[in-house]
Amino acid sequence: MTCLPGHTEKKLGLAIDLDTCVGCHACVTACKGWNDQGYGVPLSDQDAYGADPSGVFLNRVHGYQVQPDTGGAAQTINFPRSCLHCEDAPCVTVCPTGASYKRVEDGIVLVNEDACIGCGLCAWACPYGAREMDADAGVMKKCTLCVDRIYNENLPEEDREPACVRTCPTGARHFGDFNDPTSKVSKLTAARGGFDLMPEMGTKPTNKYLPPRPKDQRQEASLLAPLLDIEAKGFAGWLDRILGKI
Amino acid sequence: MHPAPSVILFTVLSGLGFGFMAYLSLGLLLVQGGWAFVAWGLAYALAVGGLLASTTHLGNPQRALRAFTQWRSSWLSREAWAAVATLLLLAPVALGDWVGFGLPYFWRLIGGALALATVFCTSMIYTQIKAVPRWHHWLTPVLFMGFALAGGALLGLQGGFATLLLVILAGILAAAFAVGDKQFARAGASMESATGLGAIGSVSVFEQPHTGENYLLREMIFTVGRKHAAKLRVIAVICAALIPAALALMGGLTLTLLALIVHLAGAFAARWLFFAEAEHVVGLYYGKR
Amino acid sequence: MGAQPKIDTSPKVSDEVRRTTCYMCACRCGINVHLKSGKVSYIEGNRDHPVNKGVLCAKGASGIKQVTAPSRLRAPMRRVGPRGSGAFEEISWEEALSLAVEWMEPLRDSGPEKLAFFTGRDQSQSLTSFWAQNFGTPNYAAHGGFCSVNMAAAGIYTIGGAFWEFGQPDWEHTKLFVLFGVAEDHDSNPIKMGLGRLKERGAKVIGVNPIRSGYNAVADDWYGVTPGADGLLILSLIHCLLEAGKIDLDYLARFTNAPLLVRSDEGAEKGLFLRNEAGKPVVMEGGKLVPFDQKGVRPDLGASYEGHRTVFAHMAERYLSPDHAPEAIAARVGIPASRIRGLAAELAHTAFDAPIVLDREWTDFRGETHSQMVGRPVSFHAMRGISAHSNGFQTARALHLLQVLLGTVETPGGYRFKPPYPKPAEAHPAPHSKVTRGKPLDGPHLGYPRGPEHLALNPDGSPVRIDKAFSWENPLSAHGMMHMVIANAHAGDPYKIDTLFLYMANMAWNSSMNTAAVMEMLTDKGEDGEYVIPRIIYSDAYASEMVAYADLILPDTTYLERHDCISLLDRPISEPGAAGDSIRWPVVEPDRNVRGFQSVLIDLGARMKLPGFVNAEGKALYADYADYIVNHQRRPGIGPLMGFRGEDGTGEGRGAPNPAQIDRYIANGSFFQAHVPDDAAYFKPWNAGYQDWAVRVGLYDAPQPYLISIWSEPMRRFQLAAEGFGDRQPPDAMRARLKQAMDPLPVWYPPFGDDGAEDYPVHALTQRPMAMYHSWGSQNAWLRQIHGRNPLYVPTKIWEENGFAEGDWAKLTSPNGAIVVPVAHMPALNPHTVWTWNAIGKRKGAWALDEGAPEATKGFLLNHLISELLPEKSDGMRWSNSDPVTGQAAWFDLRVRVEKTTPPSEAQPAFPKLDLKGVQA
Ligand SMILES: Nc1nc2c(c(=O)[nH]1)N[C@H]1C(S)=C(S)[C@@H](COP(=O)(O)OP(=O)(O)OC[C@H]3O[C@@H](n4cnc5c(=O)[nH]c(N)nc54)[C@H](O)[C@@H]3O)O[C@H]1N2
Ligand SMILES: Nc1nc2c(c(=O)[nH]1)N[C@H]1C(S)=C(S)[C@@H](COP(=O)(O)OP(=O)(O)OC[C@H]3O[C@@H](n4cnc5c(=O)[nH]c(N)nc54)[C@H](O)[C@@H]3O)O[C@H]1N2
Ligand code: SF4
Ligand code: SF4
Ligand code: SF4
Ligand code: SF4
Ligand code: SF4
Ligand SMILES: [Mo]
Repeated sequence: MTCLPGHTEKKLGLAIDLDTCVGCHACVTACKGWNDQGYGVPLSDQDAYGADPSGVFLNRVHGYQVQPDTGGAAQTINFPRSCLHCEDAPCVTVCPTGASYKRVEDGIVLVNEDACIGCGLCAWACPYGAREMDADAGVMKKCTLCVDRIYNENLPEEDREPACVRTCPTGARHFGDFNDPTSKVSKLTAARGGFDLMPEMGTKPTNKYLPPRPKDQRQEASLLAPLLDIEAKGFAGWLDRILGKI
Repeated sequence: MHPAPSVILFTVLSGLGFGFMAYLSLGLLLVQGGWAFVAWGLAYALAVGGLLASTTHLGNPQRALRAFTQWRSSWLSREAWAAVATLLLLAPVALGDWVGFGLPYFWRLIGGALALATVFCTSMIYTQIKAVPRWHHWLTPVLFMGFALAGGALLGLQGGFATLLLVILAGILAAAFAVGDKQFARAGASMESATGLGAIGSVSVFEQPHTGENYLLREMIFTVGRKHAAKLRVIAVICAALIPAALALMGGLTLTLLALIVHLAGAFAARWLFFAEAEHVVGLYYGKR
Repeated sequence: MGAQPKIDTSPKVSDEVRRTTCYMCACRCGINVHLKSGKVSYIEGNRDHPVNKGVLCAKGASGIKQVTAPSRLRAPMRRVGPRGSGAFEEISWEEALSLAVEWMEPLRDSGPEKLAFFTGRDQSQSLTSFWAQNFGTPNYAAHGGFCSVNMAAAGIYTIGGAFWEFGQPDWEHTKLFVLFGVAEDHDSNPIKMGLGRLKERGAKVIGVNPIRSGYNAVADDWYGVTPGADGLLILSLIHCLLEAGKIDLDYLARFTNAPLLVRSDEGAEKGLFLRNEAGKPVVMEGGKLVPFDQKGVRPDLGASYEGHRTVFAHMAERYLSPDHAPEAIAARVGIPASRIRGLAAELAHTAFDAPIVLDREWTDFRGETHSQMVGRPVSFHAMRGISAHSNGFQTARALHLLQVLLGTVETPGGYRFKPPYPKPAEAHPAPHSKVTRGKPLDGPHLGYPRGPEHLALNPDGSPVRIDKAFSWENPLSAHGMMHMVIANAHAGDPYKIDTLFLYMANMAWNSSMNTAAVMEMLTDKGEDGEYVIPRIIYSDAYASEMVAYADLILPDTTYLERHDCISLLDRPISEPGAAGDSIRWPVVEPDRNVRGFQSVLIDLGARMKLPGFVNAEGKALYADYADYIVNHQRRPGIGPLMGFRGEDGTGEGRGAPNPAQIDRYIANGSFFQAHVPDDAAYFKPWNAGYQDWAVRVGLYDAPQPYLISIWSEPMRRFQLAAEGFGDRQPPDAMRARLKQAMDPLPVWYPPFGDDGAEDYPVHALTQRPMAMYHSWGSQNAWLRQIHGRNPLYVPTKIWEENGFAEGDWAKLTSPNGAIVVPVAHMPALNPHTVWTWNAIGKRKGAWALDEGAPEATKGFLLNHLISELLPEKSDGMRWSNSDPVTGQAAWFDLRVRVEKTTPPSEAQPAFPKLDLKGVQA
């Protein structure tokens, strides 16, 4: 299955709003928690309480600072990063075993862990660092777009969304079908100018990022005009004026 | 990229092994009897040893057979097929050389081609990876083929021809270094494009997503030891190519053996650099390369 | 191409879901705990819960690692080696409880004040304070003093509540939200959800903070104020608004004490309100004096009567003065005057040009009916960035004044109280401190003094309390001063104690100033060879740094293993539209020999036969905390939980105890809400509908409308004392400071940390990391991968001056000492400020972490640089490093010098390793 399907019925993915993300890492641990007990092997940690702890996470949140070209105050931008479920997913085509595949019905890129030999090639092929090898199980882990939630009939309808989306306190993560122009994610992408990460890699990511809105704009409303010249008219004059006595 | 010993061993040894096999198969080095046993044995040992080394890199080597399934899209899968096909196809040839029966030459021809194709497939595993711009260039297969052919020629006692190939290899190495150094910039990926924040201004890291280690940092963002790169490059060119070139010209078994050892040392250095110097674009997210 | 694998997209999620309440911070979100084979398998937010509506923060979603942490305490322990050595022996609960009783019980008769009971990050203060009160010691408080009492007290003294538990922005209607000095806050998820709502609606967010990260990173505009200068900034905004007449006069006249007349006659009443014979403050209307609450009154804001002028006049005159003009203060504030004027204009335009009008009829406390609710959609929120400075109380008051002038308090789009707030200072108890041996204290310890008569002073003027709360040094220390306890007890100032009983506070590490010295105080011995603080009993759930200094360890359960009660008597989970409370219950059983601390405390109370814990026969009243939660009554019909009261469980707020109450809570997701009627949803302090509702559900026993205190009479009473009036007089050395600090109108003065700080030009701050909770997040296997060490963030100017590069280290020196730490560059930072994440640094050996853990080798605390005492004054006195009004610890007054240095092998100072293996599970 490592050939890519030419077309998928749906294009499920996330729209992540960089204007809203406060960098709280809630999506990081919610993802870890869900996937630790969900699809495939648990997300192992090594040396968890030791000098050099490390472990698998399927979603990571970066913090960047941006110095505007126009001068002005530097900005800080929080930046979640997980699998983008690319249309032209190089991680899939490099896979020698067929473990990596892109689902025909919804475009989700998954790893069939029973078939994965843990060669790591797919992680090399992914420009976005969206795949992490589990050091205990020796299989490749990646964001499943919570495939075991979004269709899960054991979950109430409203919970059939990714764990990271459900938990995000600011609502910065949106889930939906990018093939459907009326979906929230499509509309948000259109309205806010959602963009692709590293388009030069030719991966055609499904996930879109919504850019931060312009910041530190000079306020447009007019400044406040004083009631009167307080120095000339004194406090009593001000008082009379404000209380409508003159 | 993390220069994993298993992968270095794999590419260097099997490259050399398959290169040598090509010479043996094509009959450019004619061996018979005991010598055939030694020569083919060496070729098989190198090729198979390399392949085995590569499996230690796997998280689940017991499932390695599955790697044969995706020949339609995956170079690793193709490499697996090519390797096995080569080894199988050439087994009767080797046996024939040893015990003294002959196979049609086109058989030997196909075997030789397959041996080289295997090396080509190996090289394409790296070349195809766009996310590692240094590798994603036609010089990568040329380099791998160069090593296989030159190394094979050395082992195949090709004398002046070996010298010629080794000198060419020196050139390829130098070219790969020079071109490789510019590849990342040419690929066009930057922190600005990786984050999409370039429209606002220049981007730098405020905070890493994790202070702990992870697979990406270990595997893709290998920054340790690059400071010795310049020296190692010189050593690689001299050892892998120039000294063996000189020794090959002089000929003789001892000198060839010496040449081989020096060549291998150089090849290991070159291959270590091949990985260690290769920068994965994911490093951009971490502000590291 | 093979077939695409078939996968199970509908796996069973768990065997069972149990709904309880999160504990990793004081936000108290509702959680669904999934269990597989009886073990916790997954934790997610409870969608029905009013606090978090399904979302969780990074800590909440990592709760599973809190319950399995190797650092969990194993069993009761008695110290056998020297203090701090970590040598303990395991004892039985019977032994532990007997020992605690043996130590504490005699003190009840010999001197109850010899027991100091301080309860840190306690979420059960109504029980712990009740216990302490019945024990009879005056020495009780929780962590508010080192946390954010400035914010709480300034709010209560000014508007009758502050932020977070007290109230929140009207997230649904506000159009402009201004956030002062907040990195994370207690209201963790609600603020994030609120910000998300604002972003969705396209409302504007402004961040005022020296550091642009987190919430400030998403703010549309950022004002990188210089630390400690917010008061100046706010008063300057007020200046601009007054100058332009952009204030809500109608609101001021009706709902605030702006029209009240301030007496100008010299003497003991000067500066207090003019009152009629009935003692009621009066206002002028049509040239006549009338009671302020008369029906239909239209007070004259500009009136004067026999020289007595209105609060409005006093206020306007002060802030209109040119020294409050933006141009005069811009440099000190670090923000250009033009931007300050711009901000003032933006506030005014949003408040007055785009009001929100709800067609809801309501009747005010004077009996007047209004057909609409008119709102000013500007809202504010602030926290420790303002309050953790020594001028924080007055700065917080200034911020409330700004809200009030804009008419945004309790109006649509502005700030909304959460029941039981609004609740002005007068509706709170005053502090009590009268000790009678063998008897309970004369009332609750903590409260809101109305004047010097409520100070906790002995006849000789010395402080009654070990922390010196409610003394002249910090008269309104409404939450006590936990950060002073160890230092004072060690110094025997005001006296020595016998037993220090601590619960849930890591006082040997991150909640102390001058941490190294505190560790010495805890182990210091007197000439008699005994410890200067003779006995320390401590309850923790984990192997924290503090555990090493206990003589007796009472191991607590984790939050999923016990009952808890988040009560309206204490710190509930109300929303502006509903009073609410909640519980925790044991969703899993502990696998160690540990007990819920509250149950232990109740047991100790019964063993010592404390009133309230035993019946007339001296028998224990409550089997455990669950029993107490259900059956304890504070006032008849009013108990810890408001929901499902009465025999049949239909009582809301009031009603007899219901034996099935806890089950009802569990069935309801572990919370209860009583909804505020729509016509009572705004203008709560003055809305008769709200007041009646509040009485009905038992929040108060009679309506208690009040006026917002722009002018604070209680504060003026302390000023009067400082001026020599009254029989309780401060020491002369304190008079000037009291006069300044207790100004009845908001003022700004430089933070005390600026005194003599010429050699320390840089401000040093800490911020809460959103994914880490104080010291106890580090034991969490997931969270510590996110924040396992902390750099010092340095602004561009200092970065370049020092020639710093990535990987460099700096020596940071304050008047109190030096630390050596790794640095990182941050451009989006006030140029005179450096900062780091709070409480990442750990002591080696604590928290069941490896000796080489990055938290211990690269992580660091700023606390070593912060002194609990200010430098000596001319009279040789050293005041505590606290706000002079409330005693709030002034963490953020810290000033430092930054120098590049050669990287050491680990962050300095490094302390010897603790050996706590014996106490861990
Ligand atoms: N430099 C600097 N220092 C600061 C601050 C700052 O901003 N800068 N902030 C200050 C503020 S506001 C605060 S509130 C303090 C906080 O400081 P502390 O109150 O010391 O808070 P924690 O580190 O959370 O320590 C609480 C203790 O409770 C224990 N604990 C956790 N769960 C349980 C439980 O279920 N039961 C029991 N019995 N114990 C439990 C933990 O293990 C820990 O030892 O720090 C203060 N220190
Ligand atoms: N994740 C997480 N949540 C927590 C906690 C935790 O440890 N972790 N702790 C809880 C506790 S106990 C508390 S008290 C709350 C505290 O919550 P916050 O009030 O958010 O406390 P801090 O993180 O100390 O943030 C103080 C903020 O004030 C800014 N600041 C400092 N000085 C000034 C100043 O002079 N002016 C202005 N405008 N800003 C200033 C700092 O840059 C920082 O952003 O958080 C609670 N919530
Ligand atoms: S949970 Fe939401 S706000 Fe928090 S880091 Fe993730 S995307 Fe950002
Ligand atoms: S983000 Fe990476 S792992 Fe995900 S589909 Fe694209 S290339 Fe594959
Ligand atoms: S690691 Fe697994 S999924 Fe990735 S390429 Fe190798 S076999 Fe395929
Ligand atoms: S969609 Fe699911 S697997 Fe993917 S990042 Fe979100 S929580 Fe993790
Ligand atoms: S904010 Fe986080 S830690 Fe605090 S109660 Fe809510 S989920 Fe728990
Ligand atoms: Mo706090």
